[in-house]
Amino acid sequence: MARLIRTEKEVEGRFEEVWLVVEEDPLDPWPDGPGDVVGRPAPRQDGLQRATGKALYTADLQLPGMLQAAVLRSPHARARVKEFDASRALEAPGVHAVLEPEAIPELVREPNFQGQPIAAVAADTLGQARAALALIDVEYEVLEPLLDPEEAVRRGQLLSEPRTFDRGEVESGFAEADVIVEGTYRTQSVLHNSFETHQSLCDWEGDQLSVYISTQFIWGIRDEVSRKLGLPQDKVRVVCNYMGGGFGSKNGAGDYTYIAAELAKRTGRPVKCALTRREENLDSGHRNATIQKLRAGARADGTLTALEGEFIAALGWDGWLASTAGPMQMLYACDNVHTTEYGAKLNISPMKAFRAPGFVEGTFGMECLLDELAAKLEIDPLEIRRRNYADSTDERPYSSKNLMECYERAEKHWERRDEVRARSDATWKHGVGLASQVWYGGGGPPSYAWIRLGSDGRATVVTAMQDIGTGSKTAMQQIAAEELGLPLDRVEISAGDSARGPYASISAGSSTIPSMGPAVRAAAHDAARQVIEIAAQRYDKEERTLSLKGGEVVCSDGGSWPLEEVVGLLEDAQILGKGARGPNPTGMQVLTFGAQVAEVAVDVETGEVRVERVAAIHDVGRVINPLGASSQGEGGIIQGIGHTLSEERLHDPETGRVLTQTLDAYRVPTIADVPEIVFELLDVPDRHLTNLGSKGLGEPPIVPIAAAIANAIRDATGADVRSLPITREEMLRALEEAAQRQRDRDKVTA
Amino acid sequence: MVTELVVNGRRYELDVEVGRSLAEVLREDLSLTGTKIACFEGHCGACTVQVDGIPTMSCITLAHTVDGREVTTIEGLREHPLVNAFVRADAVQCGFCTPAQIVSAAALVEANAHPSDEEIRHAMAGNLCRCGTYPKIEEAIRTWQD
Repeated sequence: MARLIRTEKEVEGRFEEVWLVVEEDPLDPWPDGPGDVVGRPAPRQDGLQRATGKALYTADLQLPGMLQAAVLRSPHARARVKEFDASRALEAPGVHAVLEPEAIPELVREPNFQGQPIAAVAADTLGQARAALALIDVEYEVLEPLLDPEEAVRRGQLLSEPRTFDRGEVESGFAEADVIVEGTYRTQSVLHNSFETHQSLCDWEGDQLSVYISTQFIWGIRDEVSRKLGLPQDKVRVVCNYMGGGFGSKNGAGDYTYIAAELAKRTGRPVKCALTRREENLDSGHRNATIQKLRAGARADGTLTALEGEFIAALGWDGWLASTAGPMQMLYACDNVHTTEYGAKLNISPMKAFRAPGFVEGTFGMECLLDELAAKLEIDPLEIRRRNYADSTDERPYSSKNLMECYERAEKHWERRDEVRARSDATWKHGVGLASQVWYGGGGPPSYAWIRLGSDGRATVVTAMQDIGTGSKTAMQQIAAEELGLPLDRVEISAGDSARGPYASISAGSSTIPSMGPAVRAAAHDAARQVIEIAAQRYDKEERTLSLKGGEVVCSDGGSWPLEEVVGLLEDAQILGKGARGPNPTGMQVLTFGAQVAEVAVDVETGEVRVERVAAIHDVGRVINPLGASSQGEGGIIQGIGHTLSEERLHDPETGRVLTQTLDAYRVPTIADVPEIVFELLDVPDRHLTNLGSKGLGEPPIVPIAAAIANAIRDATGADVRSLPITREEMLRALEEAAQRQRDRDKVTA
Repeated sequence: MVTELVVNGRRYELDVEVGRSLAEVLREDLSLTGTKIACFEGHCGACTVQVDGIPTMSCITLAHTVDGREVTTIEGLREHPLVNAFVRADAVQCGFCTPAQIVSAAALVEANAHPSDEEIRHAMAGNLCRCGTYPKIEEAIRTWQD
C-alpha cells in the first residue's frame, strides 16, 4: 500500500523537506560480507561497449538532417552589446538560422562573465557554423568587472544572505584555550573538464521534444526543460545512454540545451549544440575559489575548545553557496563553533557542484589548521584527531560511524613516518601527513525500479537512471542478481531514457547506489515473491519453504526447479517486479567518513612536490562492487592530487578573462603523476540505512587528499602551505616563511 | 580533394576538403565514432589512432596528409587482447578516453610485449583520463597477455 510521509531529502549537503510516497516493503538486511554476487568484484557489464568504441555518447549521435550549432560568447567579463548585426552570417554558406541576443533568455545583451552566450548559429556543419560566428558584427561597451571576492563582500554583492552557524559560545571557548592557532587558507577555482564536453541534441517531432544530452540527471532535465519551455512533462523525452564524465557539472540542462531546442524549432531540423574544449573552460561551471580565515583553540592536551571560521566563496555570476564550513562544524567534537559564510557574486562564470562541493575546500583549511595546532602542542596528528572524536555534533546519532576503525587501519601507514623521513637528503625532504573525511552520501528517495523476468530465466532491471561512468549500472545488475539468486550474466539493465523506465534520482552527491540500489533490490524482491507464489502452487509447496538460488527455485525439503521452468509456465509473458526507495532513518545523521595518509617528497631548492604514496581508508557501508569501488577511490584521489598540485583556472585580475582555456594550460594529472595508492573500504553495512546499508563513494575519496598532502609537506619540511594549488611558488614561499621563523627562533635563543 | 584512406585494412576513396582533420573524417564520413574528440587541439590524446603503427592524434592530423597510409582505429583493434585486459582490470570509467588508451597501448605492446611500469608511463603519458583510471590502465597493460 502506498503511504504518504514527510521526510528530509539531501543532495550535496543541501536539505529540503519533501512529501514522499513510500511503497517499500521492509526487507531483511543481507548478511554482512560478500554474497553470491554483491560484494564480489565485477567488471563493468558495459565495459566492452565503452572500450571498443561501440558505446554511443551524445557526442557520437547523428540524426538525419542534423544541424550543428555554434555559440557567440562574450569576450568580456562585463559588457553591454551596443550593435548587433547578423545579416552577413545569415547569408553564409550552410547557415539555417541565427538566434540574436534575447531571442531566448539564455542569450543576453549584457553579459556578466567571459563566455556568456550572446547569440547562436545553426549550420549544416560545425565548421560552417563557426565560420558564420566570425561574420556577426557586434560592438560591445566594455564595463568594469567585479572580480575580487573580498571587495564583493565589502559591497554586499552576494548571491545569498551570509550564512552563520553557532554551537556554544565561541569566545568563551577561546578563553578556555591554552593555545590558539589561526591562519588564512585559500583554494583555487578548479575546472571539471569532463572529456565529453557539455552538449545536447534536440529533436522536435510535432510538439514532442527529444533531448539527447550528456547529463547526470535525466529526470531533472525533463523537469527543467518542460518547465522552461512550457511543455507537459511527457512531451519531453530525455536520453543519455553513455556519458563521458560530469563530476557535478552536468546536473542541469544548461544554455546549450535551450539554444539547440530553439534552433531546432526554428529550422525544423535536429540541432546539436556541443561546447568546444575552450568553451568548456569558460562556461561549464567550476569549483569556486575560497578564502578561509580560521582560528582554533585547544587545551594543552589537544582537546578543542573553540573553532571559528569566516569563509568567502568566489561563486561567480550565479550558483549556490556550498558548505565550506561543513568540515569545521561536523568533523570534531568541539562545544564552541562559530562560522560565517559569504557567497560572492562576481563577473566570472557561475560555479557548479564539483565532487563534494564545499567540503573539499573546507577540509583543506580545517585539517591543515588542526595539524598546525598539533605541531604547536607537540601532539601526534593522529592522536589529536582521536582525542577530538565526535560521537555526534548536533545531538542526532549517526546512522553509522566507523571513523575510529578507519584511524586504526590508518595506523600501519602512519607508522611508516620514521622510515619515510629517513629517506630525506639535503635536497629532497620526505614526510607523511594525514587528514580525516566527513561528507554526505546517504542518497534518498524518491527512486524507482522495475524488474522484468522472462520465461528464459533472465532478468532486466528497468529504470531511467544514468551511469555517468561510475559503474552504477553494473552495481544495479549485481543487486538484482543477488536478490533473484541469478548469476550476474543473466541480468541485463535498461537505463538512460526517460521514456523507457520509471523515475530515477540524480547521479550526484554520491547518491546513485544508496538511492537507486534499494529500489532495485525491492523490485527484485517483488519479482522473486511472485516466482515463489507461482512455484508454490505449481509444485504444491508452502511458500515459506521456497527461495531463489543459483538460477533455481529451491525448496527446503531438497527439491529444486530451474527458474526458466517456473517462469516458463507464463510462456512469452513476463513477471514484473516493482520497487521504490524508502526514506532515510528519521532523526539520524547519514554521513560517510574516512582517513587518508599521504607520503610526499619536496625538493626544497625548486619547490617541486611529488606525492609518492596515498593510503585511503573509507567507510561507506556495504560495498556492492569492490572492483568498481577501488576505481572510484583511485580516481577521486588522483583528481584530488590534480586539485592539490597542478590545477587552477586563472583569471586575468584586470579583465576577468580566463587565461587557462586549454588542456595544455589547465593541467590535469597524467599517468606519470600517479603515486602508489592503497585503497581500503571497511565494508560494514549501515544497519539503519535502507535494505542495503550502502552509502555512496563517488565523492569521499577526493575530500581529504589536499590536506593530507599539505600536512605531509609540513612533516617533511616544517613549512605551512596555505594555498592551493601548491605550486612551486607557493612551496618556496612557505619554505622561506618557515626558514624565517627558524631564524627568529635562533635569534631569541642566541 | 580525393584522398585515399586505408582504415583498418579497408580502402576508401573520399572527397575530403583540405583542412578537415582525420578525426572528423573518421567520425563523420566513416561513422567510426570510437575515435573521440575531446579537445580538438592535440592536448588530451582521446583521438589517438595509429598511422603506420605510430600513435597519432587524429584531431590535429589533416586527413589529406595521410593519403595512402595505413590508419588503425579502435574499430580495427576490437579483437586485440588488450580490450579484454582493460575490461577485466576495470580500466574503464566513463570510457570516453578508453578506446584511444587502447590504441596507444596496442602500439606499445606491439613494440615491447613486456613493458616496465616506467615504459608504460612514458608511452601512455599523452593519453589523459579525467576519471583517473590510470592505476587500472597500468594493470591492464601489465596483464594484457593473461
